[in-house]
Amino acid sequence: MASHPRPTSPHLQVYRPQLTSITSILHRLTGLFLSLGVVALVVWLMAAAAGATEFDRVQACLGSIPGRALLFLWTGAFFYHLLNGLRHLAWDAGWGFELATAYRTGWAVMIGTAILTVAAWVLGYWARGAF
Amino acid sequence: MAGKASGKSLRSELGRVRGLGSAKEGTQHWWMQRMTALALIPLSLWFIATLVCLAEVDHATAIWWLGSPLTLGLMSLFLIALVYHAVLGLQVVIEDYIHGHAAKLVLLLLVQAAGVALVAAGLVSLLVIVIYGG
Repeated sequence: MASHPRPTSPHLQVYRPQLTSITSILHRLTGLFLSLGVVALVVWLMAAAAGATEFDRVQACLGSIPGRALLFLWTGAFFYHLLNGLRHLAWDAGWGFELATAYRTGWAVMIGTAILTVAAWVLGYWARGAF
Repeated sequence: MAGKASGKSLRSELGRVRGLGSAKEGTQHWWMQRMTALALIPLSLWFIATLVCLAEVDHATAIWWLGSPLTLGLMSLFLIALVYHAVLGLQVVIEDYIHGHAAKLVLLLLVQAAGVALVAAGLVSLLVIVIYGG
């Protein structure tokens, strides 16, 4: 074993967080969180099929303050996972592995997520005549 | 390690690796995760765009939107690609963090069963809306 040291994974408790490691962990976390969103989507579809009473109840849940907070977090997780997913697909194609590029695309994902998430919600409220 | 093992074993290097895995399906999981990711780019953008327009709709409007053939097609594709992608992703997370053999197997089966159930429930709901009008 000692004559052939293998590369080991960084130990999280002694590993200084960096943008590259944080974007990687966030990709998993947003993926897990978005999987729960699939359940919400199917419940919403089932309620629509069940009838107006059931649908109104689900819509009221989603429209409440905790419901909206959850939907906002799902929107943010979605745009993050989409943008960072594009980054992963670019890596799969062999592009963007240089450290400087990886940092630049990492920041682009973070800033892009913030802009798109806020834009989607501003558009949503604006479409309903909130402003 | 390879030198030591081959020194003790009478089997050839080729004989030892044969049958340990398929050379044809080894990339299946990786490939399908990327294929569903690509499919989900346009489908999820369509889904988010319509949700931005449709949030807070009443039942009649929702049924009108969900009942159109275009929505039925796109929503079915979206749901299938989404659940497929989610199950593949959850599988990797389970394989990485759950080390007990039984617990891992049971969780993987549960996730896959949940995926199939969610797709079935979603597709049946869409068909009910299209056929009976909700």
